[in-house]
Amino acid sequence: MRVIQFREAIREAMNEEMRRDENVFLMGEEVAEYNGAYKVSQGMLDEFGPNRVYDTPIAELGFAGLGVGAGMNGLRPIIEFMTFNFSLVAIDQIINSSAKMLAMSGGQYSVPIVFRGPTGSAGQLGATHSSNFENWFANTPGLKVVVPSTPYDAKGLLKASIRDNDPVIFMESEMMYNDKGEVPEGEYLLPIGVADIKRKGKDVTIISFGKAMKIALEAAEELAKDGIEAEVIDLRTVRPIDYATCLESVKKTNRCVVVEEANPLAAISSELTYHIQRNAFDYLDAPVIRVNSMDIPLSFSAPYIEATLPNVKRTLEAVKQVMYKK
Amino acid sequence: MSSSSKKSKTLDPEKGQHLFYQMLLIRRFEDKSAEQYTKGKIRGFLHLYVGEEAVAVGVIQALTEEDNILSTYREHGHALARGMEPGGIMAEMYGKQEGCSRGRGGSMHLFDASRRFFGGNAIVCSHLPMAVGMALASKKQKKNQITCCFFGEGAAAEGEFHEAMNLAALWEVPVLFVCENNQYAMGTAIQYSHAVLEIEKKGAAYGIESTAVNGMDLMAVMDATDKAVDKIRKTGKPYFLVCNTYRFRSHSMFDAELYRDKKEVEEWKKADPIPAFQDYLLKQKLITKTELEKISARVDKEVQEAIDFAEAGTWEPLEDLTKFVYSEK
Ligand SMILES: Cc1ncc(C[n+]2csc(CCOP(=O)(O)OP(=O)(O)O)c2C)c(N)n1
Repeated sequence: MRVIQFREAIREAMNEEMRRDENVFLMGEEVAEYNGAYKVSQGMLDEFGPNRVYDTPIAELGFAGLGVGAGMNGLRPIIEFMTFNFSLVAIDQIINSSAKMLAMSGGQYSVPIVFRGPTGSAGQLGATHSSNFENWFANTPGLKVVVPSTPYDAKGLLKASIRDNDPVIFMESEMMYNDKGEVPEGEYLLPIGVADIKRKGKDVTIISFGKAMKIALEAAEELAKDGIEAEVIDLRTVRPIDYATCLESVKKTNRCVVVEEANPLAAISSELTYHIQRNAFDYLDAPVIRVNSMDIPLSFSAPYIEATLPNVKRTLEAVKQVMYKK
Repeated sequence: MSSSSKKSKTLDPEKGQHLFYQMLLIRRFEDKSAEQYTKGKIRGFLHLYVGEEAVAVGVIQALTEEDNILSTYREHGHALARGMEPGGIMAEMYGKQEGCSRGRGGSMHLFDASRRFFGGNAIVCSHLPMAVGMALASKKQKKNQITCCFFGEGAAAEGEFHEAMNLAALWEVPVLFVCENNQYAMGTAIQYSHAVLEIEKKGAAYGIESTAVNGMDLMAVMDATDKAVDKIRKTGKPYFLVCNTYRFRSHSMFDAELYRDKKEVEEWKKADPIPAFQDYLLKQKLITKTELEKISARVDKEVQEAIDFAEAGTWEPLEDLTKFVYSEK
């Protein structure tokens, strides 16, 4: 099968949807003339012109709100944040305007909009450029939150997000744009809210999503060398969460580790852990353990970063712990 | 600016009487709302529009049914001027499912898709960029549609105001920004929140045509808005209209009004737009005393009907609690 980059998969999804529906447009900082801060939108200005691909001023609150209004009046905006770290400036429009509009208006106004861009750490960028916002947005009813880990998933899920009638937060990573993966020619969509078992196994379940999936899969590879078969689940969507797939796996393996880059308090991993103990208590042979970032702002210092973020080593330790192995 | 003379020639009795009816309806609806609030029938925050009626009525008469309207949490007047049912608004404030937002929005979140009324927006200034986005959508879809956005002078101190103005001018979209300068943001007088008191000057920074008008004078508001709307339809560009006005009542129902002098309020009440317009209609022989009495009786009846409608309303069933969080397929 054809192999393309993560950024190309996202671009293909946007291009296909923009060709299909003239109401879809892309708006964000540097998306047009500069061809995207991370070259995701490369070539799109040339194909669609400035009335479909808008360079914005550095005014996240303004253009996020503009997107909400455009969505309420018949269009399907894709709003790109250079990273979700900058979406904090716009968070009122995402939470108060887009997510609550349908409920507050008693079902009269929906907001079909996609807010997309990278989340999480991306090397030595310092604390302001390194936060994970998956759990922040997942906390808000009215939003859907998609965090894919492969080019294939990214393309199918982004197309579904653009066609969705409600606001979708679509999260990528600067560290994944160069990743390559198999993506078939031709159109396909993937359903929002369905997890994917990326590796089958019977001894332990490792659940993760987004960039941290790499850690989960690498750890599973290592474990296989020791004869431990880990089942690795990629949530792909963190709101809604596909609990059924997770529970089914845990009921089979009886052991579970969750790997997530966000800080630990009120994270996706804490929510998952709650659901697993609540619904699979009798199946568990060990308490669920999670591997998150340390509970501190991410430092610029390389050794500190190494010591803060989840990694394969900490994941292996967690697995050994739930398996009661030394 | 004052150019009511030109307008008066075009104001026929029917229209004049309708506008008078709208202003009176808003006034009495608001007074009654305050009463219902005191009785505990209406809960939550309640911001009344008493004193500012000429702005909503004068601006909205210039719009067509195809145009969009966004307002603030002080929006009952705009909703009524737009022709929304008084009963639906009152029921909404009661939290009843017969309300215009099914009782899910309350006083600050009135919506009516059938009249292109987009709130009821209770985060100060959040609807300005939304209005620009709606206008951008009209432009892209080649609709003959203006988006009209009401907000207070307090909102004009938000960064979002400036972002919205810049985006509207940059992308040349048909939006009418209407600043209702009622001199106070809660208890903060304009001179304590704005370095430049002539709010209309802020439009110039973005190359947006801007005008200030006496917001207590219905004819002046109408005239200025007609011109503004005409300009927007011709050029497709944004316009900034500042209506200088005053609220006679407190900011919300939780406000002892310690920040302003009673004499100041009394002074402004002399400029009350309703008696002023009534005098004008009588003088121009656009209305008779009998007709005035008829309108007054009609308004009283409609306000009472609104209360009755709200009282008779029902709560949405608990089974529907989780509805409308996401769209139905
Ligand atoms: C972002 C935000 N900050 C503060 C408030 C609380 N608040 C509600 S109304 C108001 C005053 C707004 O004044 P102005 O814009 O002049 O409008 P007015 O109420 O006078 O009509 C404030 C501070 C809010 N609702 N939203």
